[in-house]
Amino acid sequence: MADEKLFLTELLGLKVFDLKGRRLGVVKDAAIVPLVDPVRIDRFLIGSGSSAWLTVRYDQVASISLDGIRLRDEILTPYHSDEYMLRVVRDLLDQQIIDAQGRKVVRVTDVTFEIRQEGETEILWVLDVDIGLRSVFRRLVQGIIPPRWVRKMHTRIPPHSIRWEFCNILEHDPQRRLRLNISNRLLEGMHPADLADIVEDLSPKDREAIFENIDSEVAADALSEVDPDIQASILESLETEKAAEIVEEMAPDEAADLLGGMEEETSEGILEEMEHAPKSEVRELLEFEEDTAGGMMNTEYVALDQAATVADAIQTLKVSEELLEALNTIFLIDSAEQLVGAVPLARLFLHEGATPLRDLAAETLIEVPVNEQQDRVTELFDKYNLLALPVVDQHRKLTGVITADDIISVLRQR
Amino acid sequence: MWKRFKYHILIFFAVIGPGFITAVVDNDAGGIFTYSAAGAKYGYLPLWTLLPITVLLIVTQEMCSRMGAVTGKGLSDLIREEFGLRTTFILMAILVFANLTNMIADFAGIASSLELFGISRYLSVPLGAAAVWLLVVKGDYRSVEKIFLFACVVYIAYIISGILVRPNWKEAAIYSVKPVLMLEGGYITMLIGMVGTSIAPWMQFYLQAAVVEKGVTEKEYKESRIEVIVGCIVMSITAFFIIVACAGAIYSVAPRDIKDAADAALGLKPFGQYAYLLFAAGLFNASLFAACILPLSTAYSVCEGMGFESGVNKRFREAPIFYWLFTLLIVVGGAIVLLPNFQLVKMILLSQVINGILLPFILIFMTLLINKPKIMREWTNPRFYNAIAWTSVALMIGLTLALVALSVRDMLGSSAFLLLHRG
Repeated sequence: MADEKLFLTELLGLKVFDLKGRRLGVVKDAAIVPLVDPVRIDRFLIGSGSSAWLTVRYDQVASISLDGIRLRDEILTPYHSDEYMLRVVRDLLDQQIIDAQGRKVVRVTDVTFEIRQEGETEILWVLDVDIGLRSVFRRLVQGIIPPRWVRKMHTRIPPHSIRWEFCNILEHDPQRRLRLNISNRLLEGMHPADLADIVEDLSPKDREAIFENIDSEVAADALSEVDPDIQASILESLETEKAAEIVEEMAPDEAADLLGGMEEETSEGILEEMEHAPKSEVRELLEFEEDTAGGMMNTEYVALDQAATVADAIQTLKVSEELLEALNTIFLIDSAEQLVGAVPLARLFLHEGATPLRDLAAETLIEVPVNEQQDRVTELFDKYNLLALPVVDQHRKLTGVITADDIISVLRQR
Repeated sequence: MWKRFKYHILIFFAVIGPGFITAVVDNDAGGIFTYSAAGAKYGYLPLWTLLPITVLLIVTQEMCSRMGAVTGKGLSDLIREEFGLRTTFILMAILVFANLTNMIADFAGIASSLELFGISRYLSVPLGAAAVWLLVVKGDYRSVEKIFLFACVVYIAYIISGILVRPNWKEAAIYSVKPVLMLEGGYITMLIGMVGTSIAPWMQFYLQAAVVEKGVTEKEYKESRIEVIVGCIVMSITAFFIIVACAGAIYSVAPRDIKDAADAALGLKPFGQYAYLLFAAGLFNASLFAACILPLSTAYSVCEGMGFESGVNKRFREAPIFYWLFTLLIVVGGAIVLLPNFQLVKMILLSQVINGILLPFILIFMTLLINKPKIMREWTNPRFYNAIAWTSVALMIGLTLALVALSVRDMLGSSAFLLLHRG
């Protein structure tokens, strides 16, 4: 066959002939069995008139072309619903999927197959999912204009397709997900902010299904980026156990903001379920009013004794690697845990290991009490061009840090 | 206890918007004209229809908002998923055309209301169109919704102008609950017109999309439903005062047919400058408001149904079809109003016909969709409610089709000057 591509719009209604060239019926649907092969069309479902559908296995096909499908084995079994099948028309066509490469939610308008010769059979491989105007045109004229004419005409419209390997199918029934071997590998590889954008575009059921199944760490990163209103509804829809796992992975201040915006029963349930250290920190943070320094601050920071040296600091950083990503200041405290200084991280590189950190501290120490108003805090960031601002309690004990990204989210929400 | 109550109040204010805005925008230029005409010609007699209209409106709007809350998907998304691309395409094509005619009616409302203030339509329409485009494209959703909610408040203008006219409240009260049927062509036509204009296809798409956009889920649905119901009632109250104002000012002096909504405003002039100005300002507000909502809602519905990129937060290059559709509706809608011999009445008739042809399909699809357990799970219509729903849908369809027939008759009629009313 000259053209090795076949569109779903062409496959549907294609006549199926047996060994003697007699017409058995027309193609009604095609199915993939992802557990066996995620790309190959495994079954063709054939219907004729009013009788029940028949199933054609891929290895029973001799040839596939626009003129029809010719079989090489005509012992066909009646179709019965198979839970391991992903039916292209029923489960894919007109439904939403995630384009992991283009990072958006799209709707399937058509599917492009490739016809491949394999031994004595010709098989169909799923190549692309089509979403653009070209596929809309094909769908509209499907069955009205002969396929060969359609092929000539549609070349004028630019194509818009997504490679099958970048398609992430949405399925909210967990049992079915397993049977259809739907993984979230593609989603887990995305940037959390992109994943968050996608999640915002989905329906609540689909959001729930994604968060229920992806790795908790990825889920936590993505959840932090999601619009606050949606955040709460996602977390509320999850099993408490899974919700707790995700919250554990979040930064304590973000976790506290999120839980603070939820109904108390639910947030209490999630807190109960949490296991690790952040639990108590989140609890403490929840006590503060949202629009005060206490409500904005994070409890993940590095504080060393005022007698510590540069070498001590570097040693500490080595063991608390997970903090490094957003770290730009080291705080100095005295024996009563009172704040005495702040050392910009970059200064560590310019001094010998034996230099006391005290000597490197910033000239002016700026701090705020936990009950400081949000407006005043943002003002300070602007005035002193801060990256991090320490927060102290009434005894001047260091209790948390507000970072520039906290300020950005506050400003964005206005 | 208090805490739970407070939570519900908070949720209520969080979900406020969609139902209110939809119901209020329903009283756009076309709606105001219909109610004014009814009051001017028949006085207080038509008031009783508002009660059944409210019920019909609540039933249909409630189904839409429930679908939005439960599925988290727009109406055109659901139609596409369940009824396929070709059906969706045809519905969307008619929707675009119907909404274009609605846009024209609304730009005509902007033009005629501002002409009462002495502003030429060649100035008001282009400026209005530019304002609409900028507001929706450049404004962010939250602030735009606030502006919309403020626009809802401006509808109080009608209530005040209704009071200023000093209508006969006793009669108004009696006829609000006392059905009067007259076997007179003009009267029946008017009743059909009132019901027919009270529900438009775009409302279903807009409401469901707005509920989804607002992030309302099953949990907050209770509050959302209250909001939808309150919105429908507010819409009826506004309609009540429009009818009463025209009844008090025009009918009680001399019953007559009015030319357009601006003509109704002029009729209020003898009853004080304020009544007149408020009525005109209300018309301007309603028209501009609807002109903002319609193109946006159309572009969203079409793009979502057809699977094209959509959203004002996307760049032009990312969502070209969305922006083109949106812009064209505004530009073409505005331009047609400025044509030298533009005939508003014919346009309103055309708009009623197209809306009327589309509506039955939308209502039937809606009722079919809401009864699918696959989509709605335990939120499908209960049996008794389904009976009400199908009856309402059938009633709406019947009356709308009657309106279509009458409009077609008037359009074909040589002296199609007086819309629906030739007593």
